[in-house]
Amino acid sequence: MSKNTVSDRFRKVDVDEYDENKFVDEEDGGENQGGPDEAEVDGLLRQYPSATGGPEGLGARERPGGERAELLVVKVLSSFKSSDIEKAVGSLDKAGVDLLMKYIYRGFEKPSDNSSAVLLQWHEKALAVGGVGSIVRVLTARKTV
Amino acid sequence: MSLYSFGLEPLSCHAWNKDRTQIAVSPNNNVVNIYEKKGKDWVKIHELTEHSGRITGIDWAPESNRIVTCASDRNAYVWTMKDGLWKPTLVLVRINRAATCVKWSPLENKFALGSGARLISVCYFEKENDWWLSKHIKKPIRSTILSLDWHPNNILLAAGSADLHCRVFSAYIKDIEDKPGPTAWGAKMPFGEVLLEQKDCGGWVHSVSFSPSGDQLACVTHSSSVIVVDAAQSKQVTQLTTEHLPMLSVLHVSPTELMAAGHDSCPYQFTYKGPGTLKFVKKLDIPKQTSKGSMSAMQHFRNLDKRATEDDSNELDTLHQNSITQLCVVSGEKTKVEKFSSVGLDGAMVIWEFKH
Repeated sequence: MSKNTVSDRFRKVDVDEYDENKFVDEEDGGENQGGPDEAEVDGLLRQYPSATGGPEGLGARERPGGERAELLVVKVLSSFKSSDIEKAVGSLDKAGVDLLMKYIYRGFEKPSDNSSAVLLQWHEKALAVGGVGSIVRVLTARKTV
Repeated sequence: MSLYSFGLEPLSCHAWNKDRTQIAVSPNNNVVNIYEKKGKDWVKIHELTEHSGRITGIDWAPESNRIVTCASDRNAYVWTMKDGLWKPTLVLVRINRAATCVKWSPLENKFALGSGARLISVCYFEKENDWWLSKHIKKPIRSTILSLDWHPNNILLAAGSADLHCRVFSAYIKDIEDKPGPTAWGAKMPFGEVLLEQKDCGGWVHSVSFSPSGDQLACVTHSSSVIVVDAAQSKQVTQLTTEHLPMLSVLHVSPTELMAAGHDSCPYQFTYKGPGTLKFVKKLDIPKQTSKGSMSAMQHFRNLDKRATEDDSNELDTLHQNSITQLCVVSGEKTKVEKFSSVGLDGAMVIWEFKH
C-alpha cells in the first residue's frame, strides 16, 4: 500500500485542462503585427509639422501592436497644434475615432512629461465626435491596441 | 406617453395579458406581482410566490392565458388560471445554472428558456404524462444566453449570448408540430441546427428581435452597436456603432423601424431599409421643461462651489430616471406597432406612442 502513495506526480496535473466545459478563447492572433515604421513617421512629421495625416495614416494601416506603436502615437499626437486637433478629429471616420480613443486611453496608462495634458485635449475633441459610445467600445473591444 | 411608478425597486421584467388590462411585473425579487388597471391606477390583484430565486423572465401567452416565469433558482413554472387563482406547474428544464430569459412561441405550444448553463431549453407539454418536457440546444453555445426571440414560423429561434455571438437555431420538435417549409434562413431544420452564427458582435448581445416577416434579425450589443442580419439579402450584415451608452432591449415596430433602449434611459429609433442603410432616426423622449425658479445669487455660487455646476436638479432629463431593462409591444399589429411599454431600474413603467 505504501508503494501506491509514494509518487506525488498527480499533484502536478492541471485538472482544468481536461475539463470538457472549459472556455477556449477564439482569438485570432492579430495582435502581433509589425508596428509602423518609426523612421517613416518621423520623416513625415518633419516634412509636415502640422500634418493631419497622423491618426488616419495609422488607422489605414493594419492595426499595429506593441509599445513602440503606442509611444509613436503619443509623439504624433503631441506634435499637433492645439488649434489643429479639432480639424484632425473631424477628418476621421467612425472607425478612426474609435481607434483614436483606444490610443488615447493607452496613452493615459503610461503618462510621461506633458502627455496627459495633450491627451486630455484630444480626448475632449474625440468625445465630442464619438460620444460615450466610443469609450464603451474601448472597454469592450477584444483586440486591444 | 404615460408613466406609472410601481415603487422604488427596479423592475427586472414585465409582461402584458391579452387585452392589456393586466400587467405582470417583478420588483427585482422572487415574487411576480400582477396589477390590474382601475381608472388611472394599477391595483395589485395577484402575487405569484413559488420561486425561491430572483425572477429573471416573465412571458404571458395572450391566447392560452398562461404565464411562464423563470428565475435564478434554476426553475421555470407555467401558471394557469384556475378558479380565479394562478396555479403553478413545475417545468423540468434540467439546467444547473440560473435561467436568464423565457419566451412563448408564437403558437404558444412551446417556450424557449435561456440559461447560464450555456444552453437553451425548449419546453413543450406532453399530454400522456401530463407534464412539461424539455429538449436542450447546447452546441455551439459557449456562454450565458442573454436573450431570445422566436421567428413568426414558430420553429426558428434567435439567441443572443455572452460569448459575443448571435445565433439562429431551429427549435423544431417533431412530436408536437408538422415539418416546416423552407425560409430565407435555410431549408433543412432539424432540432438544434444552427442557421446563422454571427460571430464577434463586439460585445455581449443583450437583445435580439426578428422583423415582422422574420427575414431580418436585429441585435443590440454591449459595445453600443446595433446589428441587422438580412436573410432576404443572403444574410448580409449591417452594423451601426452609436455614441450612446449600450442598449439593453430592441424591438421591431414596423418592417423597417427599430426601437432600442438601455442604459441611456430613453428609447431611440433606428431605421433599416436594406443592407448598408441602418441609420439613427431620433430620440423618443421629450426633455422635461425644467422650471427654473428664481435662484438667489448666493445659491448660484454655492452650487458652483459644491457641484461645479449651476444646475440645481439631481434628475435626468428623460422620463425614466435609470436604465430601461425591457421593451414590450402594447398595442398594434407587429407590422404597425402603435404603443410599446418600457420598464426600468427606477421602478417605473412608461407607455410610449409611436406614430408611423
